[in-house]
Amino acid sequence: MDLLAEVFSFVFQAADVFAFLVLAASGLAIIFGMMGIINLAHGEFIMCGAYVTVITVQTGMPLPLAILCGALAAGLIGIALERTIIHRLYERPLDSIVATWGISLIVTQGTLLALGSTWPGIGTPAGTFLVGEYTYASYRLVLIGSAIAVLVLIYWVFMKTRYGVFARATMQQPAMARALGVRTPIVYSVTFGIGAALAGLTGGLFAPTMTLIPMMGMTFIVEAFVTVVVGGADVLLGTAPAAIVLGVIKAALTAWYGQLFGQIGLLITVVIVIRVLPEGITGWLTRRRA
Amino acid sequence: MQATLNRGARALLGAAAIASFMIASAQAQQDPIKIGLLEDQTGEIAIFTLPKVRGTILAVEEINAAGGILGRQIELIDYDPQFDNAKFQEFARRLLQKDKVDVLFAGATSASREAVRPIANRFDALYFYTNQYEGGVCDANVIATGAVPEQQFSPLIPWMMERFGGRVYTIAADYNFGQISAEWTRVLVEEGGGEIVGEELIPLGVSQFGQTIQNMQKAKPDWIMALTVGASQDSFFEQAHAAKLGIPMASSIRIALGFEHKRFAPPALQNMYVTANWYEEIDREDANAFKARWRKRWPDETYINQMGHNAYAGIYLYKKLAETAGTTDKDAIRKVIASGDACIDAPEGRMCVDPKSQHLSHTITLLSVNEDHSIKTHEKWDKIEPYWLASVGCDLTVKDHNDQYTPSYLPEK
Repeated sequence: MDLLAEVFSFVFQAADVFAFLVLAASGLAIIFGMMGIINLAHGEFIMCGAYVTVITVQTGMPLPLAILCGALAAGLIGIALERTIIHRLYERPLDSIVATWGISLIVTQGTLLALGSTWPGIGTPAGTFLVGEYTYASYRLVLIGSAIAVLVLIYWVFMKTRYGVFARATMQQPAMARALGVRTPIVYSVTFGIGAALAGLTGGLFAPTMTLIPMMGMTFIVEAFVTVVVGGADVLLGTAPAAIVLGVIKAALTAWYGQLFGQIGLLITVVIVIRVLPEGITGWLTRRRA
Repeated sequence: MQATLNRGARALLGAAAIASFMIASAQAQQDPIKIGLLEDQTGEIAIFTLPKVRGTILAVEEINAAGGILGRQIELIDYDPQFDNAKFQEFARRLLQKDKVDVLFAGATSASREAVRPIANRFDALYFYTNQYEGGVCDANVIATGAVPEQQFSPLIPWMMERFGGRVYTIAADYNFGQISAEWTRVLVEEGGGEIVGEELIPLGVSQFGQTIQNMQKAKPDWIMALTVGASQDSFFEQAHAAKLGIPMASSIRIALGFEHKRFAPPALQNMYVTANWYEEIDREDANAFKARWRKRWPDETYINQMGHNAYAGIYLYKKLAETAGTTDKDAIRKVIASGDACIDAPEGRMCVDPKSQHLSHTITLLSVNEDHSIKTHEKWDKIEPYWLASVGCDLTVKDHNDQYTPSYLPEK
């Protein structure tokens, strides 16, 4: 039983890191991985989802609905942003860095001015379970389940629906897609909106477990980029395996030597992956431009 | 003939010199005293450090309305270093070199203080560091007005060990504050016959603590020393509560600095034990008047934290020192400190500057958080001296050490 509890503990913690990485990265995998926009404002979509979720809960809405509101809000803002700014940047990946970074700064500082430096939390939904002598928050299971659901959803939307075919065609051969009658500007907007909505969903899901501050997106963005970079060019087949590998490495090192080594291990893994697999960000960028 | 002319010319020159000197000094009487302020107004810890800016502004406005310092108005020059130590250095240089401030107030984190300190040394400027910290700075340019380990850990750790037991797990932010505070915890726990059953240093910006909570459940400590820093790391408390960790915690920076009891839904911070020189729930006449003035000036303040209080009191301490010295000159001010009679009545109570270390005595309260996140006070110590530096050989009245000491790094005898 003791051994079983230890094994469960390890699997659970690895799955917990996996969930964090998948949720942090999923929206970025679409916007950065598929569309080629290096979106440094990804964290701000997450922050937006978190704030909307918490505020709607505080007006009396149940948490699951509030999380969907958060995702919806982020998605709509994403579409608006795509229509006004991002659509000018599809051929200019390096400029997209500067533009989205600027958006990120404006949004964090704007939130700071409008809503103050911190917002009261709503608390994690109650419920714990016991395995061996370890207690776990049941809500972490919701996070793990949501991460898997998001992966299935992305797979279904992009592989099984008509929109998915249009989207993949538009990203790979925009001219040909247009020639065949796909209204590519709309596909771009919707795809960007889906990415933003997934980021908002992540914010909503993690909002009850975290401190709400305007800069909270920062804690997601490193892990998000790390996961997408390790995942490589193929979004659908890349993000999940990357999150599993990184999750296991980080959980093992954190259990062994503490958070510091977990973090170091994560980053060393990325360095090795970029070195061994020439699918790193630079190689990817040049291929895209060529 | 020649001689008379010379004498006449000299007299004329002399008169001109005296006249211009008089004009200069008359001008100096009207020139404002410049106070330079560097506190993070954006970034990871801005929610805690913004009250420092507000406290400073409040003190400056009050003093200016009452006639200023030495009859001169105060001009506050502040920049936002954005939680970036390189910007702290850049702006510190700018304040001292270009703006020519009379005194520098800067930094919340110990990392930013150690970034600014060498610059204050190079310009030989007077530098007020108003945060509580891990202690040990023995530097003639620095007046450290916050509480130090002998004022926070020395009362807190034995009390926790007596109440809960001697097995302690430390989590600390991975930079000089966390590392040295963890060392103090180790030293004091072992002195008391206890044992450190786990110690984890956590990089700034980490927000997920599932595995750390598991590590704690495995180590089964009697209590946890929680020295995490920044809004991301604070998510630990929510996550520990959600996992029903249920182990009492102690800290030198919770509640009074981070007002976690106002930011998290109750009862996430229940059973947190803290020693502090200021917390908003303090109930003294002076303190209540101060809180009322603050809330009138800044009605939206979530919590008047210790950083805000210390920043406010720091300006009044500078006023007291400059007025006793009769000048803003650093050496004259240090002579006032050396006299051992530099005290002010701050909202927390009376505090005095220790001549040897240039640190302050403080009134310290041991408090804990109730289930509904109200505050319970357990013990109060009046006027705890910052004795440790002097006891290991730091005496700034004799020699400028220009160094920071820790239990494992002591001054050479």
